[in-house]
Amino acid sequence: MFWQDFGRFGRGWDPSRDIENLRREMNRLFTTTSPREAPEFPAMNIWVRDSDAMVTAELPGIDARDLDISVIGDTMTLSGNRKADVLKEGESYHRQERGSGSFARTMRLPFKIEADKVSAKYERGVLQITLPRAEEDKPRKIQVKSK
Amino acid sequence: MANRDMEKREAQSPSETERTRSRRVYSPRVDIYEAKDAIMLVADMPGVDEKTVDITLDKNILTISGAVEPDAFEGYQLGYSEYGTGDYQRSFTVSDEIDGDRIAATVKDGVLRVTLPKAEKVRARKIIVRAE
Repeated sequence: MFWQDFGRFGRGWDPSRDIENLRREMNRLFTTTSPREAPEFPAMNIWVRDSDAMVTAELPGIDARDLDISVIGDTMTLSGNRKADVLKEGESYHRQERGSGSFARTMRLPFKIEADKVSAKYERGVLQITLPRAEEDKPRKIQVKSK
Repeated sequence: MANRDMEKREAQSPSETERTRSRRVYSPRVDIYEAKDAIMLVADMPGVDEKTVDITLDKNILTISGAVEPDAFEGYQLGYSEYGTGDYQRSFTVSDEIDGDRIAATVKDGVLRVTLPKAEKVRARKIIVRAE
């Protein structure tokens, strides 16, 4: 599914995209209902344009210092740790749904990343990483000369 | 963290009434714990800040909601997607022991923390058992 989705890069706006989104949503629904398969954390969205890609992930309540981003070639690895709330003596949970602990996730992009120019910001619990495409990997426009 | 179901959950039916905005609504994950003089509610609501989060207490229904503009970045196309963005809403029934006038909340890094103080009369209700 991953590569299939990437195959759509750079095709421009496509009216059938809504159908495509629906298909993807259905895939997601059905693939995650299997009990054994835990979805990878954090979930990521990838936004693309010619010069770079932007990866977003929802990571509420994390200290930005606990996040680590590393880039090698065309892969980006995000790892981090979300600390659990520590309850005081005499306090007890009625309900506990929020997860905690460490996580790591690797994403492969369809192009080589300019590692020195990667930037990231963390705002309102959402992480946004901008991964510029390496200069040597950028598509070249070839002029067709006519005589 | 991986062995938990971390997928974002879409709200079943946020309320009996219909919403005027046709936007997705998610049900935030919450922790609720009891402290000595308050009930604490912690909700993961990435994308909200103090201006876009709303807490209401109507009779004994506590509703937390947050408005999140769907992501759209100028010049970019969504190439691959694993999660959606949208509003948050979730309601809880709270008991009369909560002092509705003193509810306080903070939001930081997309985490909402609501303090629901226990009413004075509840806190003071300590029954002394005397030996005969």
